[in-house]
Amino acid sequence: MATMARSFLQAISKDEAVAPPLRVVQIEGLAVLKIIKHCKEFAPTLVTGQLLGLDVGSVLEVTNCFPFPVRDEDEEIEADGANYQLEMMRCLREVNVDNNTVGWYQSTVLGSYQTVELIETFMNYQENIKRCVCIIYDPSKADLGVLALKALKLSDSFMELYRAGNFTGEKLREKNFSWMDIFEEIPIKVSNSALVSAFMTELETDSPVSQGDYDRLHSSTTPFLENNMEFLIKCMDDLSMEQQKFQYYYRNLSRQQAQQQAWLQKRRTENMARKSAGEEPLPEEDPSNPIFKPVPEPSRLESFLITNQVSNFCGQINGVAGQNFSRLYLTKALHDN
Amino acid sequence: MAAANDHTVLQFASPSPTPTATTAILTARIHPLVIFNVCDCFVRRPDSAERVIGTLLGSILPDGTVDIRNSYAVPHNESSDQVAVDIDYHHNMLASHLKVNPKEIIVGWYSTGLGVNGGSALIHDFYAREVTNPIHLTVDTGFTNGEGSIKAFVSSNLSLGDRQLAAQFQEVPVDLRMVEAERVGYDVLKATAVDKLPSDLEGMEQTMERLLALINDVYKYVDNVVEGQTSPDNNIGRFIADAVASLPKLPPQVFDNLVNDSLQDQLLLLYLSSITRTQLSLAEKLNTAAQLL
Repeated sequence: MATMARSFLQAISKDEAVAPPLRVVQIEGLAVLKIIKHCKEFAPTLVTGQLLGLDVGSVLEVTNCFPFPVRDEDEEIEADGANYQLEMMRCLREVNVDNNTVGWYQSTVLGSYQTVELIETFMNYQENIKRCVCIIYDPSKADLGVLALKALKLSDSFMELYRAGNFTGEKLREKNFSWMDIFEEIPIKVSNSALVSAFMTELETDSPVSQGDYDRLHSSTTPFLENNMEFLIKCMDDLSMEQQKFQYYYRNLSRQQAQQQAWLQKRRTENMARKSAGEEPLPEEDPSNPIFKPVPEPSRLESFLITNQVSNFCGQINGVAGQNFSRLYLTKALHDN
Repeated sequence: MAAANDHTVLQFASPSPTPTATTAILTARIHPLVIFNVCDCFVRRPDSAERVIGTLLGSILPDGTVDIRNSYAVPHNESSDQVAVDIDYHHNMLASHLKVNPKEIIVGWYSTGLGVNGGSALIHDFYAREVTNPIHLTVDTGFTNGEGSIKAFVSSNLSLGDRQLAAQFQEVPVDLRMVEAERVGYDVLKATAVDKLPSDLEGMEQTMERLLALINDVYKYVDNVVEGQTSPDNNIGRFIADAVASLPKLPPQVFDNLVNDSLQDQLLLLYLSSITRTQLSLAEKLNTAAQLL
């Protein structure tokens, strides 16, 4: 009996062991096509959908997905949305699709997806599911011939900080936390069932050039770059606004400190006078005085997110510029010949 | 004369013109997602079922082409003489799909397996009640005949005088639009597992290699024709001449200027983005390091 009890306890304790860290997201070709189709149809509106699959060890498998209907800003439709989800999950269950939610996907415009809403959605999902991932697809990059699919996850340290709800400079410095640590990008692997790959192998067109190649050799990327630069400039404006907030805070803080010092001086001289007069010295601190009220430090979350965005845009510009270089040299070589 | 009157004629009853169905269906255009869906449903079917059926969603274009864009499986039971289809499930899924995309309506149904059998006629009848002139798609997942054939059928009724005899399934040409699949990349979709999605530059490299291979092929062909090894084909010659002539005729100086200007623009953008990045990391260090408290 003792051995059985111990093994039972062991079994329980093993359940609570920390799951191995998520190292790769494995998506089925079917889910990829569905995501692309849904995001492309509704571009430029941003759309979202649910990911279904299995959580196996260090791999998160996404086997299917379904889109969410575009919701108007109307509170009554909240219940409808939940009903739709339940209905879809139930129906998919009947045809043996894994109806285990593992995350959600959303489309984005030019890669500007780091918002507070994203983080809030993550936290919501994290409460119910142990491991969830968000897949971001950028349909505007498909015109350049690039499959812009990314899998994101909030880093654990960020989640702890968010739950504590405190983003002051001190705490962040303690943990050595910078803006790069908020999101973690996970590599994506694509898998297909054997039947599907058999079909695809047979149906592959015989032409040696595909639509993707046509898109990539197209040399007009100016609209993409222009939009990117515009977004970048806007983000810089936002960032400078955030910086101004900080400067204001620091100014207030130093002014308050100066006031405190002055008041303290006054109190001290008063106390000296009182001591010489033989009276009780007054306390050196007065919590009711408004100049002692601590000035709240603005949260750094926004500035972190904006910094992330900016870096994203920079990365995109770099990528496209690199492609353009190759294209230009190609045209040059063709012309020389 | 009496003998001539004794012959009765088998007629094809043409579908009566209704206000909605204006033209007969000429071709079916299928998007790759539908094939993926069908294969996936087939792989996940319950062990007792031999084949899978489901609904096709899409739209009917005014020139008679049926554009099939999406699909979902419908559970059904099939025995030798009876077919039972879960109609509630079908309507529920339809409602859910319509919520997302109200433009995709039912255009027909699909089944896996090669031929059309008696059960299919009954199911086709059911779908004919939902939409006029539904299209029936068969996807041969068993790879009989050594190939996975995808065929589309439209049914028309055979009637003898006033009596309905049978429904004849006529084949309709199928147009597989693989544009989306090409965009994702065939190697990504063909293999059973791909370890990494290709990045921008890798994709560029692949494309350029393919272009080089194409140019080499054309070169070899022209050489062969000139040496007399292959017979010249006028059409191909014209294509090649068009391709070469489509290079813009600019004097080299102007062209160089153009290329250099673009190069400089790209360099400027690269420089700006690198500067922004450096600025960000600097600001990071300053913000967290300079705390007056």
